Amino acid sequence: MDENAALFEFLLRMGDNTLILGHRVSEWCGHAPVLEEDIALANTALDLIGQTQMWLGLAGEIEGQGRSADDLAFLRDAWDFRNLLLVEQPNGDFGQTMMRQFLFDAWHLPMLTMLAVGGHERIAEIAAKAAKEAAYHLDRSADLVIGLGDGTEESHARMQAALDLLWPYMAEPFEADEVDAAMTEAGVAPDPGTMRGAFMEKVGAVMDAATLTVPERRFAQTGGKSGVRHSEHLGHILTQMQWLQRAYPGAAW
Amino acid sequence: MTDRTEWPLWEVFIRGQHGISHRHVGSLHAPDAEKAVRNARDVYTRRNEGVSIWVVEARHIAASSPSDKGPLYEPARSKVYRHPTFFDIPDEAGHM
Repeated sequence: MDENAALFEFLLRMGDNTLILGHRVSEWCGHAPVLEEDIALANTALDLIGQTQMWLGLAGEIEGQGRSADDLAFLRDAWDFRNLLLVEQPNGDFGQTMMRQFLFDAWHLPMLTMLAVGGHERIAEIAAKAAKEAAYHLDRSADLVIGLGDGTEESHARMQAALDLLWPYMAEPFEADEVDAAMTEAGVAPDPGTMRGAFMEKVGAVMDAATLTVPERRFAQTGGKSGVRHSEHLGHILTQMQWLQRAYPGAAW
Repeated sequence: MTDRTEWPLWEVFIRGQHGISHRHVGSLHAPDAEKAVRNARDVYTRRNEGVSIWVVEARHIAASSPSDKGPLYEPARSKVYRHPTFFDIPDEAGHM
């Protein structure tokens, strides 16, 4: 695979993850169980959208076709998106949202930490900036998963159900394909599989404290980051997210 | 028995920059002190307002009573000589 093409794909993956998760989290705005969580979730969403601007902005530059971050976010269709299946999953209840956030953060932070010391200067700069936000997100989501898991009988049951529901999506981040191989070869990004150890260690410690059990079954849902098999949810997200630019092309503040 | 449906109220104090004292900025609800600091970070420092956060559970703050206003504050009102406004400050000293 041509290195430039692989780089573009890789940047779409990073940017689409934060874009789709950021949009998902923003759906809580005005609906969270308490005001403090509402603001915290909105902050998280804004952090993720901010990271998206950097990733997709660089992706557009690398592609060299004159597409901006906005063009990439608002004018691509579902099959062009390269986000993990995890981040397009519905919010469910507050516990399910926090479980999804924790699982993402527990992958995202080590990924950004590795990219920050990787061989691509621009990517390393973006990753170093994003890692500070991701570290806070992880602290927060881990805390809430522990609090709710080790909470009441009801909150415990909901958190276990959320973990069981989302666990099949946690194989995809660690699977390598030709894009990952090209990035590893170029010294830009780590081999995804090598981050599994740190991820499992963090998940194990948090789930122990949360009195939750990591499912043993190996069934895995994949196809998001390659774009071949997104879930039906992505299309619904895009109809809402892209509606304005599709109805009024070029509309601006 | 404590009410388990409502988190306790916390008063939040933020220091805007080094060398300045913490100032009361508002209050919020949180289940414990650690989460109160996190919530304060999200609610009150979104626009880069602070370098340090203090939280204290509101029930631990002892306050003066509004009805004691007279005895507490009025005696000081007639004592202007307590203000350091009767000194001539040399121009070289600049703004104090």
